[in-house]
Amino acid sequence: MQQPLAASGSDTGQSGPAVEIAGLHKWYGDFHVLRDINLAVARGERIVICGPSGGGKSTLLRCINRLEDWQRGRVVVDGIELTDDPRQIVAVRRDVGMVFQQFNLFPHLTVLENCTLAPIWVRHMPKTDAEELAMSYLNRVKIPEQAHKYPARLSGGQQQRVAIARALCMSPTIMLFDEPTSALDPEMVKEVLDTMVELANDGITMLVVSHEMGFARQVADRVIFMADGQIVEIDRPEAFFANPRHERTRLFLQQVLR
Amino acid sequence: MATPGEGSYLRVTPAERLPPPAERNGAPGWLRENLLSSPGNVALTVLCLAFIAWATPPLIRFFVVDAVWSGADRTACLASPANPHPGACWAFVRVWFSYFVYGFYPIGERWRVDAFFAALALGIAWLAWLSAPRRGLGAVYFFILLPILSYLLLSGAPRLGLITIPTELWGGVLVTIVVATVGIVASLPIGILLALARRSDLPIVKALAVGFIEFVRGVPLITVLFMASVMLPLFVPERLSPDKLLRALIGVALFASAYMAEVVRGGLNAIPRGQYEAAQALGLPYWRMMALVILPQALRVTLPNIVNTFIGLFKDTTLVFVVGIFDLLRTIEAARADPHWVTPVTSVTGYAFAALFYFLCCFGMSRYARGVELRLARRRR
Repeated sequence: MQQPLAASGSDTGQSGPAVEIAGLHKWYGDFHVLRDINLAVARGERIVICGPSGGGKSTLLRCINRLEDWQRGRVVVDGIELTDDPRQIVAVRRDVGMVFQQFNLFPHLTVLENCTLAPIWVRHMPKTDAEELAMSYLNRVKIPEQAHKYPARLSGGQQQRVAIARALCMSPTIMLFDEPTSALDPEMVKEVLDTMVELANDGITMLVVSHEMGFARQVADRVIFMADGQIVEIDRPEAFFANPRHERTRLFLQQVLR
Repeated sequence: MATPGEGSYLRVTPAERLPPPAERNGAPGWLRENLLSSPGNVALTVLCLAFIAWATPPLIRFFVVDAVWSGADRTACLASPANPHPGACWAFVRVWFSYFVYGFYPIGERWRVDAFFAALALGIAWLAWLSAPRRGLGAVYFFILLPILSYLLLSGAPRLGLITIPTELWGGVLVTIVVATVGIVASLPIGILLALARRSDLPIVKALAVGFIEFVRGVPLITVLFMASVMLPLFVPERLSPDKLLRALIGVALFASAYMAEVVRGGLNAIPRGQYEAAQALGLPYWRMMALVILPQALRVTLPNIVNTFIGLFKDTTLVFVVGIFDLLRTIEAARADPHWVTPVTSVTGYAFAALFYFLCCFGMSRYARGVELRLARRRR
């Protein structure tokens, strides 16, 4: 019996959606990058967001932990409304883990130090406890033997798994993945996807921006198609891939599922 | 053997791993490759060797072979039948040595200066030795304990039985080291704060930082020193006006901070956006993010430039003579005018001594920084 990768969303005892986005608009200068986004994500739900590049997928994901701000609309995460108040922002970020396309590990710290940094300095966990926790997650992503190396000595796939372990060390209730396999060499995509599938099976809330349609079919509860800053279509994966309703979705799927 | 147009191939036996060809190894291989690789290179090698052979012997003859090592006054260093072409007058440096080190610091109290040098050396060694035990404690010692201890030792604490020595009596190496150390130790933290302020989103903070940095960088150090020592008393009553040395110290520290701010800013600019985002996504607040993630990387990137600034500052300390402070160079200037020691070689010897002192200090800093750089590069691979 494996221990779960993360606390499942239903264990937190809170009711209400994990993420609630209403009437969200964002502009970069004159460019209307997010238009009227409305979305509610249930606890434990697994969502894959796909669509052509430049369609606003990453920007939307980055609004959820306020790496991007917006001009209109509201975003509520775990019952906390994100405003300009830095305390709210930090509170949300403590509960929301994020994995980036470029891994963004801290190159001056070892793998283990990467994982213990936030538990020690944000959660105020004693160092030995944090190291124990980090080792258990590094075990789960199957690279405990790399704990004392620096990130530059790891392959891309290993670095991305460390990045996942680093995010999990904060015991997040929601995980955001921003194109986690796009920067990887083809032979390393599978090891990262396998880790994510395992995570999905443990019931954590996941929002994944990805072009991996096999992954979407396998784990997603809902698939979202975004284009031109709008949500074009949301559906269960079976329906989404078998019977896309919108013309844009059909065109996109023809391109990626050749 | 590949044939053009024949595409198919299958390796049956694995290719062996071989050591590199022998002629690339060993001293003869190195010589051939680096010094004698082409006719032009051979000519250059011969030319350089000839230059070294031409330039070195006179220097050795002047500073070592013909040099005068002991003597009571100028007659020892004048031409005589025994020594028709006297070299460097080291006897002059020996006689004046304690003045070069302590200035007019009272002879009976000079042990206090020695104690300060020892305490400083301990602090530098503790911090510079990267795998020293308890480096956290070393930092506390260096940045908190040492300044207090130094002040009590050098300036005096009548209650502890240390009589007050006014800074007008300080001089020589003591002043040079005090000015350089205060400048170096103050400029790094102030420079970091200024660099962060300059990158701030808050417009007033940013404007103040830009204004300060650009103003100080646009003015020569001599002007800053004059302003610190001449203009300050115009605004503050004389009895409240701070000590002359203290004024120069403030001027030097602010001047160095502005340069350090620009160096640190360069390092901050080299850190990718993703590092900030990863730290923010983990919930690290601004100051923690800066202290734990961004600055450690930025300072490493920019370490050669930081040391470069330190070296520049160390040499710039000689400018404090313009406001009447007796640093090492000024004490040598004063001593070489001593009628008891006026000879054709006295000035040269004095300046050579100063050059040697500054070179050893700066070269030491430079080598140390190079060692740290190599160590960091090795670790990140």
